[in-house]
Amino acid sequence: MRRVRAFGAFLYDFVVGDDWRVAAGVAVALAVTAVVAGAGLAAWWIMPVATVGLLAASLWRAAG
Amino acid sequence: MSGAEVGLALSVFIACAVEAVEALTIVLAVGVTRSWRSALTGAGVALAVLAVLTAVLGPAITALPLGVLRVVVGGLLLIFGLQWLRKAILRATGLKALHDEAAAYEEEQAAARDAGAVGEGLDPYTFTVAFKGVLLEGLEVVFIVLTFGANQHNVGLAAAAAGVAVIGVVLAGVAAHRPLSQVPENTLKFVVGVMLTSFGIFWGAEGAGAHWPGGDAALLVIVPATLGCALAMVAALRRSGHEAARA
Repeated sequence: MRRVRAFGAFLYDFVVGDDWRVAAGVAVALAVTAVVAGAGLAAWWIMPVATVGLLAASLWRAAG
Repeated sequence: MSGAEVGLALSVFIACAVEAVEALTIVLAVGVTRSWRSALTGAGVALAVLAVLTAVLGPAITALPLGVLRVVVGGLLLIFGLQWLRKAILRATGLKALHDEAAAYEEEQAAARDAGAVGEGLDPYTFTVAFKGVLLEGLEVVFIVLTFGANQHNVGLAAAAAGVAVIGVVLAGVAAHRPLSQVPENTLKFVVGVMLTSFGIFWGAEGAGAHWPGGDAALLVIVPATLGCALAMVAALRRSGHEAARA
């Protein structure tokens, strides 16, 4: 059980890294893109805008 | 070779070269200090594990439907790329310490000296440190090879680019007989972060159902735009740091 937990912690650190909000934000942005694209509207701009916003917010949090 | 394939090969090559430089430092340190045979065996076994992982997971991932593959793998690539880019920006602005291969080499050597007598035959300490070092650094490369390669349906090209990078770094290490501390690691990590983030944006949005104006040619705008935004963030963080220091 301890090994499974350690592997889970390793995977989390490996994929998500230092700022879980970035990973959560990417998931939300992809979902919004899917909904907007599904409604037949232009959705290509959502991911670039979300990426810049998420990176900037994460950097400013890290900078304190 | 298409533009996307050139981007794929270049990104994997640079990412792999950077990780190989870090792994080489560990293998060199324990090899010089304790046992070359054990260090090279540990590194070789780790490389074999990484090759098996790529060979097993590659076909499994490429078997997924393209839409699912692009949204899941594009999203993962974007999260992973943002990690690299975030760290590279923080290092470029001095908010995070730069990775120093010479210091890492000395630390690893000191730990190897303190680890007691060298074992008969295969030295367990040396084997474990070399195995772990190569495996952990290599896992990031396997992740990039699989995500990039699967999306381009060319895991072979990605694996070949990674292999060429490993061979190049090993040859350079053998020629230099010391850690490759002259390699501009942070600049290379910055470039890899920009490429992973750009391709993650492109494939993630496409997988979620968006259509890029200009199709694949949109990457010619996304990559420089991502680079420009990252550089602007470095400049802004440096400026705010200077203002804070003056206040």
